[in-house]
Amino acid sequence: MKSLAVDTTNALCGAIFIALGAFFAYQSFELELGTALRMGPGYFPFVLALILMLLGIVILIQSVRTDSGPLGPIALRGMLFILPAPIFFGLTVRGLGFAPALFFSALIAAFASTRMRPLMGIILAAAVTVFSVVVFSYALGLPFERFGPWVRF
Amino acid sequence: MDLVSNLALGFATAASPANLLFCLIGVLLGTLIGVLPGIGATATIAMLLPITFQLEPVSSLIMLAGIYYGAQYGGSTTAILINMPGESSSAVTAIDGYQMARKGRAGAALSIAALGSFFAGTVSTFLVAIFAIPLTALALQFGAAEYFSLMIVGLVSSIALAHGSIVKALAMVSLGLLLGLVGTDIYTGTPRFTLGIREYADGLNFVAVAVGVFGVAEILRNLEGEKTRSVLMAKVSGLWPTRDDFRRMVAPVLRGTAIGSALGILPGGGAILAAFASYTVEKRMSATPQEFGKGAIAGVAGPESANNAGAQTSFIPLLTLGIPANPVMALMVGAMIIQGIVPGPNVAVEQPALFWGIIASMWIGNLMLVVLNLPLIGLWVKLLTIPYYVLFPIIMAFCSIGVYSVNSNVYDLYAVAFFGLAGYLLVKLRCEPAPLLLGFVLGPLLEENLRRAMILSRGDPTTFVTRPISAILLLIALAVLVVVFLPSVKAKREEVFQEED
Repeated sequence: MKSLAVDTTNALCGAIFIALGAFFAYQSFELELGTALRMGPGYFPFVLALILMLLGIVILIQSVRTDSGPLGPIALRGMLFILPAPIFFGLTVRGLGFAPALFFSALIAAFASTRMRPLMGIILAAAVTVFSVVVFSYALGLPFERFGPWVRF
Repeated sequence: MDLVSNLALGFATAASPANLLFCLIGVLLGTLIGVLPGIGATATIAMLLPITFQLEPVSSLIMLAGIYYGAQYGGSTTAILINMPGESSSAVTAIDGYQMARKGRAGAALSIAALGSFFAGTVSTFLVAIFAIPLTALALQFGAAEYFSLMIVGLVSSIALAHGSIVKALAMVSLGLLLGLVGTDIYTGTPRFTLGIREYADGLNFVAVAVGVFGVAEILRNLEGEKTRSVLMAKVSGLWPTRDDFRRMVAPVLRGTAIGSALGILPGGGAILAAFASYTVEKRMSATPQEFGKGAIAGVAGPESANNAGAQTSFIPLLTLGIPANPVMALMVGAMIIQGIVPGPNVAVEQPALFWGIIASMWIGNLMLVVLNLPLIGLWVKLLTIPYYVLFPIIMAFCSIGVYSVNSNVYDLYAVAFFGLAGYLLVKLRCEPAPLLLGFVLGPLLEENLRRAMILSRGDPTTFVTRPISAILLLIALAVLVVVFLPSVKAKREEVFQEED
């Protein structure tokens, strides 16, 4: 007997779209909707959010009928090291300054791969930093402070 | 004649030493990226976008365009040499190109690809120049209703070309449109969906969204299953094709150019579709179809010409109507807007040097690619041996600098991380990011034109179907939607995308 297969990927996908649609619909409901003639700031997004929820429901319903395979591996280590890199850069670029912030961001990103050895990572991050300071700061003249107030003595 | 003087202006602009240099940098970077598997042209342009803002508008657009068609060349190099298409549009080239390489004809295959691409590039550059003027004249008559309908056509076409489920692609477009609306409402000044963060009042930074959804998400995907890339490379010798090869490549190149040019103009069309269509046609028309898949010259020459022609002519809707035909063109729109240029029919009138300069630079860029790439093949192949884990810290560092340099807004960097995560999750849920980006770019324009059209028609929604051009455009959109939902087309479409993976 064939059991009722539910495609978890698509079910999740549908649920996410419904949730996102609900979020936008709720947010636009707080804005002035207006009329079709004079649309307020909330009109167009509200309609779009409803469409998004509707499509989410369709995906959710379809997920019961088809099974298109499992989710596959998820790059957890990658997410853990890649995503913080720009955040770290954003948090420290004003305080530490361009050069140190970049060095540490590159270093964090380097460890996203299991193959990166520590020494290799440090050398790579240093090389990227030197290159970027020369090219972006000196040659292109981007107005970044090379060393910020936190590291000035 | 107008065309001649326009082209002369274009070549004068494009041939200035600075612009030649940026064109060269663009095509070299593009080839480099095309050669490296795992990073596509869209991701690269997204990542390099910020760097170009320091340049003159013409130079930056010339460089970005160079990256785009440079990547097509680079992609075919790896497709032929190691059976690994660097770009999805050269996936077809790998079928017969790699077989030629295994037979010891790698050099000939590379030259055929390069020469075919160059021919197609030349023809389609002229097509862009010829079509630009009448289409611009037509576009100048467009009102708000027509623009709205035109954008609907573009969005619907992007759905037709997305991988996987159509419903998901529709949902991605809607989500992209909604994300595009984040920021201050232009009519009332009310902040929308900013979650109270003042830094997002100007909207989400386009570069941050593009870098996150394409660049970061792609890196994460590559980190999933780290495999050693084994480069089993055929030795490249005998670059020049034989007389017999030339004879056999002429017809496929001509047909490929025609197919590619036609498909590139369609909104949503472009290089990938063109390459597949050309391969199918060549296989059907060939006297020896059994050769296909075993190293047929036509199987390399046709698709390679087609993808290059399609890549070039997809600039037509962008330059004349301001409507991006694919994600790369959406990025170009973003680049133009940040440079203070409103894409659309007025560009040709108000900034003729920019408009024709870009067109002329395409031809110059193609010439550079032929002259440079054949001798540089050895170098490109060496690059393939760089392990991937060395690349992405570098990419992340440049992304951070680039995004920050646009507005010096640290919240843009947080948006990169957020959209990187979101983009990766959506990919895992088998949702294509391209329609989302197109929606994001078109969101504000779509809303503005909808609202303006409704005000102009005094709230009468039939304005979209009573105005003839608008009605025709909406019919096209409807037709595309109906066609992709037809069971037979749906099955065929899935088959095509299956082959591509």
